Amino acid sequence: MDARGSSDRQLVVDAVGEREIVMTRIVAAPRHLVFDAWTKPEHVARWLLGPGGSTMPTCRIDLRVGGAWRYILHGPNGMKMGMKGVYREISPPDRLVFTESLDDGADDSEKGATPMYPGESINTITLVERAGMTTMTLHSLYPSREIRDAALHSGMETGVAISFDRLEAILGGAGSLP
Amino acid sequence: VPHDHLSTTFAALADPTRRAILARLTSGEASVNELAEPFDMSLPAISKHLKVLERAGLISRGRDAQRRPRRLEAERLKEIAQWLGTYREFWEASFDRLETHLQAMKKEEEKKHGRKRKQ
Repeated sequence: MDARGSSDRQLVVDAVGEREIVMTRIVAAPRHLVFDAWTKPEHVARWLLGPGGSTMPTCRIDLRVGGAWRYILHGPNGMKMGMKGVYREISPPDRLVFTESLDDGADDSEKGATPMYPGESINTITLVERAGMTTMTLHSLYPSREIRDAALHSGMETGVAISFDRLEAILGGAGSLP
Repeated sequence: VPHDHLSTTFAALADPTRRAILARLTSGEASVNELAEPFDMSLPAISKHLKVLERAGLISRGRDAQRRPRRLEAERLKEIAQWLGTYREFWEASFDRLETHLQAMKKEEEKKHGRKRKQ
């Protein structure tokens, strides 16, 4: 693990069991604001962008149980990636459950784009507040071990992004975390 | 990278054998036979994987007509890699930005509450 930032605030990523990824991260804000940041489009589109200078021109959220959400990231050189899903449980300010799948973002609608992998993951966000700080835990259950591993080893979710400099290290270590 | 090709690339990278082939090619071009060596797989099976990688623009064929060596298309990988980063990099960068955005949300909320108290 690298030494960037204070150790207690660092992002922790763990592969758990056969099909799960668990991430935790502490942020300096009360949980009701963190909940809003995850569930209101005016906030999501500002931060869920990854490292590469993307924007999120499509960010729709129908925050009801059974309601759909749809994000499309636009990167440099016309690259796109779509994310979509349906809310399963909405319990502000501390719990949110939704399905998620990835696609090529070629179609703005929920149905037209080409999926990156079969099936969807079920994601649970849990927020615990203590002294004005919130611990976010993101639990993702993938449809298969292969898809879970592809997500972890070769980049964002489906294995899109292999950091070229570290290609060998990432690709060589089957069974270990990036 | 045209976006209509991106899902082909995603699919190509999702397979562990193809990732291993790409890893091998980071240390230089190689013939189909050389690429097949570490795998318990028939040549046709390996050729199939190579075709998928080629179609995704991740590898290309060298000049030597006899060996037909395959080589990595580094630019393509780099382009995609730098965009979203690894899983960890994607979320780390996103959460760092979330942290900054939350501070703005906190200020906004304080402003609103301050106004309410004055009324």
